[in-house]
Amino acid sequence: MSASAAVAVHSLWTTAAEPAADRIGAPAIEYAQLAPTLIVVGAAVVGVLLEAFVPRRARYHAQVFLTVVALAAAFAAVVALAAGGHATTKAGIVAMGAIAVDGPALFLQGTILLTSMVAVFTFAERRLDPAHHGHRVDSFAAEAAAVPGSDQEKAAVKAGFTTTEVFPLVLFAVGGMLVFPAANDLLTLFIALEVFSLPLYLLCAVARRKRLMSQEAAVKYFLLGAFSSAFLLFGVALMYGFAGSVSYARIADVVDGSVADITPALAGTMGNDVLLLIGFAMVLMGLLFKVGAVPFHMWTPDVYQGAPTPVTGFMAAATKVAAFGAMLRLLYVVLPGLRWDWRPVMWGVAIVTMLAGAIVAITQTDIKRLLAYSSIAHAGFILAGVIAATPDGVSSVLFYLGAYSFVTVGAFAVVTLVRDAGGEATHLSQWAGLGRRSPLVAAVFAVFLLAFAGIPLTSGFSGKFAVFKAAAEGGAGTLVVIGVLSSAIAAFFYIRVIVLMFFSEPKPEGPTVAVPSPLTMTTIAVGVAVTLALGVAPQYFLDLAGQAGVFVR
Amino acid sequence: MSESSTVFPLLTVTAALPAAGAILTAAVPAARRTAAKWLALLVSLGTLVLAAFVVVRFEPDGARYQLTESHAWIEDFGVRYELGVDGIGVALIALTALLIPFIVLAGWHDADPLETRSRRWRPTQGFFALILMVEAMVILSFAATDVFLFYILFEAMLIPMYFLIGGFGDRAHTGSDENAAAQRSYAAVKFLLYNLVGGLIMLAAVIGLYVVAGNFSLTEIAEARASGSLEMATDTERLLFLGFFFAFAVKAPLWPLHTWLPNAMGEATAPVAVLITAVVDKVGTFAMLRFCLQLFPEASKWATPVIIALALISIVYGALLAVGQRDIKRLVAYASISHFGFIVMGIFAMTSQGQSGATLYMVNHGISTAALMLVAGFLITRRGSRLIADYGGVQKVAPVLAGTFLVGGLATLSLPGLAPFVSEFLVLVGTFARYPVAGIIATTGIVLAALYTLVLYQRTMTGPVKEEVRAMPDLKARELVVVAPLIALLLVLGVYPKPLTEIVDPAVRHTMSDVQQKDPRPEVEAAK
Repeated sequence: MSASAAVAVHSLWTTAAEPAADRIGAPAIEYAQLAPTLIVVGAAVVGVLLEAFVPRRARYHAQVFLTVVALAAAFAAVVALAAGGHATTKAGIVAMGAIAVDGPALFLQGTILLTSMVAVFTFAERRLDPAHHGHRVDSFAAEAAAVPGSDQEKAAVKAGFTTTEVFPLVLFAVGGMLVFPAANDLLTLFIALEVFSLPLYLLCAVARRKRLMSQEAAVKYFLLGAFSSAFLLFGVALMYGFAGSVSYARIADVVDGSVADITPALAGTMGNDVLLLIGFAMVLMGLLFKVGAVPFHMWTPDVYQGAPTPVTGFMAAATKVAAFGAMLRLLYVVLPGLRWDWRPVMWGVAIVTMLAGAIVAITQTDIKRLLAYSSIAHAGFILAGVIAATPDGVSSVLFYLGAYSFVTVGAFAVVTLVRDAGGEATHLSQWAGLGRRSPLVAAVFAVFLLAFAGIPLTSGFSGKFAVFKAAAEGGAGTLVVIGVLSSAIAAFFYIRVIVLMFFSEPKPEGPTVAVPSPLTMTTIAVGVAVTLALGVAPQYFLDLAGQAGVFVR
Repeated sequence: MSESSTVFPLLTVTAALPAAGAILTAAVPAARRTAAKWLALLVSLGTLVLAAFVVVRFEPDGARYQLTESHAWIEDFGVRYELGVDGIGVALIALTALLIPFIVLAGWHDADPLETRSRRWRPTQGFFALILMVEAMVILSFAATDVFLFYILFEAMLIPMYFLIGGFGDRAHTGSDENAAAQRSYAAVKFLLYNLVGGLIMLAAVIGLYVVAGNFSLTEIAEARASGSLEMATDTERLLFLGFFFAFAVKAPLWPLHTWLPNAMGEATAPVAVLITAVVDKVGTFAMLRFCLQLFPEASKWATPVIIALALISIVYGALLAVGQRDIKRLVAYASISHFGFIVMGIFAMTSQGQSGATLYMVNHGISTAALMLVAGFLITRRGSRLIADYGGVQKVAPVLAGTFLVGGLATLSLPGLAPFVSEFLVLVGTFARYPVAGIIATTGIVLAALYTLVLYQRTMTGPVKEEVRAMPDLKARELVVVAPLIALLLVLGVYPKPLTEIVDPAVRHTMSDVQQKDPRPEVEAAK
């Protein structure tokens, strides 16, 4: 924690235009700066009311309309804020020091909103399953509370019920995710975590097909998630014990010793690095759990497999964006002074995550589990960029997250299309010969797989290059070499799926590819377009991420 | 570097034509298969005309890189879209554009669907579109003077190649359909994984180069290195060199990274096998000349003894294994490994004869292998078997086929009067001047080449006529159109290689000065 280290990392944040309020006065809420979050959460509340008052027939349309409009409006608000300079010159701390509105926050919020909007289209898809008793059905249970296989469930199916509650739930989750990367104190961080986690636990449980698996996944996710939340909260308490404050700026000052007003109580605790290190490690564990980094990844394959596929796509993309955003802010704003403590640990985590994700994925036989392990490997690649601890590191991670989330949502949307009598056909052997039967769908999925594998001219390559470049410049050459080797391992199983789709003979009773409505088609088309655009001409988005690379403190 | 310095972006257009052709070909409706074929042929001929313009516009004694283009692309990565050709690039672009029409014509019926599976299943369109796509990427990679741009093309061309190998296998196989499909996809995956691993290791080196140099422009980095403004630590330079060289050695392919080639060439159709060995693999040897030597001259000199040794092993080992093959296409593949050994040896002998010889060798090997392999493909299609033992006495039944096969084979063994002789001779002379022992060992490769080619000819073409080949038809008009020009070229370049050497020699002089090497003086003169 030498003075030179503090100067060296100083470029990672700037001082806020207005200093945070440090005594409790009349609450001053900057509604304009908080508009994106307020719109989404407000719409979620309205969605709950719709559930209560709108007749069942009209609910689906009302909810889909409300959700899409709310997400679009929130995205417009983000764009307006960024255009108004809140990402750069006017970046500041709002809501009594609880929320930071700055470049990374706005960039990540924009990414989360766009990804969610595209993902919500797959939630609303109702043409994939054959109609039940004359009712069009989506991927969600007729009545989530009914015991699977019971008479109550049969009655609900017959009556044509659908779980339209998923839409407000998604909005709540998105609301929490918007706050998570912008949280500027530890309590807000924790509350945002809970706000987006709880709806996700529920969403995992409401699959229409394979309900028991879906409920099992939800329970696993909930139990492990509750553990990680507890860890995080305990870490928050310890860090408060150390610094006497939950505010990021204050903790950072205490950590690097530049705090001005040392009270006797603070003087007693701030020398105690044990509190700080254990507390920090526990908070970091909570975040690593959410991004699915090894060794906190155990839930990922089961939950990805069991959850309804639209939910998996949404969760895989948006959660990762939000959690990495929060991690960046924590590491770069609060704890740059502790760089020499956290970097070796994160090195280790990044290396095991990349290697374990890539190696274990090879043995998978289920497409959703395969994508789950691939998402673990990708978390490792992103960590390599996080470790760089340079402005380039921030912007490369932002770019990677944007690129990765669209590929993920697109890939899971394709998974929803391949179906047999039992619902989605996710076993890899069922995908044999898909390229013969539906060349277009197979080709689109191949594009996504190539992007996951990081083949040039796809967004996956641009992202991977950006993070590896940042890591190499940050002095982590070894990490780059390991990253490149695990990419080679990962390439093997992506290619195996392509082989299966194109070069294997189709099975006589193989699955069929459902023709989706324009909703899912839009999702997939956007995914492909973004994948190719970010691969061929990434400059504009790199600029955007580069400008958004400075945190406010 | 100024913005675009030529008025007309000839190189871009030369690569863009086949790329656009690929998209159009792929879009032809399923029922119009023949139209797709003609479209592909026309596009490849159009590309040949454009390539001819490149050759004409290129002034051998002019600037080092000509027809340059430079545009901003990804500023954040320091990447520019920079093109420019030297003599070596021009020769290889010409080779590529020349061979593709023959490959298209030779593969005319290779991708006809056996049965109609569905209305949307269009293998023929896909086959020709993929070939044109590969052509576009290869041409662009011969012209790229930005390391990052080159890397992207180097990796991206694997994808269409992979589908060509795995999706359109040789129909002549022994055993069941299922078995053949499994072997084919094994070959395709092996091809892709070997090359992808090579490419990813190169990626680490590319990133390292950026960290050291701050940009990707070949000309800028080479200038900075030459003027001493860009210093590299010895270890850094060696590591970066190894990263680049590994990728190129997989592609070339050099022993012991060669094992994907026999699988890929054996399982692919003959035209695709030609595409692999005569066109795509040349990117590897070309890149050794252009990138390894220019960017890392000191490390190149440091690694030379080992590389010469590997090249020697390739020459002898490839030839020995070719002698032992029972499968015609695998035999040609192992012969190619032997020939790639000669090319690599010529490049790293660091003499101007050696490097001129290596460049000529790339061109001549392309033409001679194309001639031999395509005729072999016609032969195999007729009999439906790749095994040498299934043939015998073909020259009595199909004399023209046998004759062209013989000429192709003689070119492969570097008979004087045919083009490969000139280049092999130059490589050997160039190597001998610096590494006499290596030169002597390499000559055994020539002896073995005579053995495997002539034994192949003897077993398949001479002797009593086998029952199964009795009704074998001779070459048809389409096949003659493919083979005759290739053989004519082999003869012309064998007797009069001057046009080619004139283009190549100045480029080689530049490369030699990059590595600060002068030819060793002849012994007699030195003794004075």
